[in-house]
Amino acid sequence: MTADWRPGADRATLQRRAACLATIRAFLAERGVLEVQPPCLGPAAMEPALESLAVPGAAADGGPLYLQTSPESAMKRLLAAGSGDIYYLGPAWRAGERGRWHAVELTLLEWYRVGLDHHRLMDEVAALVAAVCGERPVERLRYAEAFRAHAGVDPLEADDAEIAAALRAAGIDLQGAAPGRDAALDLLLSHTVGPALGRGTITLLHGFPASQAALARLDDADPRTARRFECFVDGLEIANGYHELTDPAAQRARFEAEQAERRRAGQPVHALDEALLAALEAGLPDCAGVALGVDRLVAVAVGAESLAAVRV
Amino acid sequence: MATYSTQEFKAGLKIMLDGDPYTIVENEFVKPGKGQGFSRVKLRNLKNNRVVEKTFKSGESVEGADVMEKDLQYIYNDGEFWYFMDPTSFEQKAAPESAVAEAAKWIKEQDLCNVILWEDEPLQVEAPDFVDLQVVETDPGVRGDTSSGGSKPAKLETGASVRVPLFIEEGEVLRIDTRKGEYVGRANK
Repeated sequence: MTADWRPGADRATLQRRAACLATIRAFLAERGVLEVQPPCLGPAAMEPALESLAVPGAAADGGPLYLQTSPESAMKRLLAAGSGDIYYLGPAWRAGERGRWHAVELTLLEWYRVGLDHHRLMDEVAALVAAVCGERPVERLRYAEAFRAHAGVDPLEADDAEIAAALRAAGIDLQGAAPGRDAALDLLLSHTVGPALGRGTITLLHGFPASQAALARLDDADPRTARRFECFVDGLEIANGYHELTDPAAQRARFEAEQAERRRAGQPVHALDEALLAALEAGLPDCAGVALGVDRLVAVAVGAESLAAVRV
Repeated sequence: MATYSTQEFKAGLKIMLDGDPYTIVENEFVKPGKGQGFSRVKLRNLKNNRVVEKTFKSGESVEGADVMEKDLQYIYNDGEFWYFMDPTSFEQKAAPESAVAEAAKWIKEQDLCNVILWEDEPLQVEAPDFVDLQVVETDPGVRGDTSSGGSKPAKLETGASVRVPLFIEEGEVLRIDTRKGEYVGRANK
């Protein structure tokens, strides 16, 4: 048998991909956002839903360092050190993520805007997506509205029985133990709600439940929700962003909660990212940041049906 | 029996679910950016061929199904069971009618059939893609009308009925495509 040596993307796709990358860089340069290249090796990701790949012997003490799942930690340290608006365009790695729209190695665009909140950054994400994929109507949709419309359930108010009924109505039959509340919402988002979003539009989904705040600050106007958003195009989740949490005590509490969750689930528990916590102590400027899946964006732009088709 | 994690899921993998053997038809990894990962799987029940859709939490494991495929020779049926023989070991297997299903229309003694065995028992019998069968009953051929593309029914020695061209006569041996249930041509002598 001959080894499968042919790259996924053909020459025409490579040219269009290169044009997309040039458009992204021009878009950000026009807005005065500085390209930075933080190290790809650093501390392991804390969040339980992400697993980092270890590089043995990479640390000064001979221990492992981890391939970044995103450049967030390093970029926030740059922001705290006074870098101003910055972006990263390059690889990130997520262990075990393999599929049509997932890859262990992916291309990420992550950028931070000082003094902007998540709403202003959503405008910028929509403008960038339009610059790469072509103009489409932009739609802003609250997480709760999207769930009411596409899963028939209010994710902020429904009790567990109502959420379980919504799963059944959507034909989602999860094997094994019953899902917790956030896992049930993730099931609805990934199976039913998400695929319905961004059909002919650029859809900005915002107002995520506070329990899924990740690194976003909570919304004072509705404390049931966090200042987090995602962007959907053609049913695909393209980007995830926050009005960033800057309070070091709250950040430490979230890291510790994630460690506890990892311990409970029997996952590897990593040391706290003390460098990031120290940077937050020193003062992270008020900012909004977003990570965007470049391979998916290119796939939408060229009409490809998988990540493999737009990657080398 | 081996267990498989969702990481190993792929089309064709045979697993157990609620006590029945299934084959994976399609597997898609889905995961919201900041949430849990899941495997969204289409599976075909190997006992009744029904396709179901199930979701597994990423990283969970399931038991593999003890399923294998073998070419066995059909020997006879007694009305209740259909008997097959392994041509190398001469071991015999009895398949219930539910396992033979559609294949019953096409197979005759000594045909080599692909049989799916679950825990060593026949679960599904597939007829060979092409079989040669004799016509036992059909209307007399209509001469001079062979170009019109007309057809007529013909009953074959296994009891199955197929559409054949008008020139085919009783006693002829025909080649049949069992996947389509269609006449292909006269069998090579």
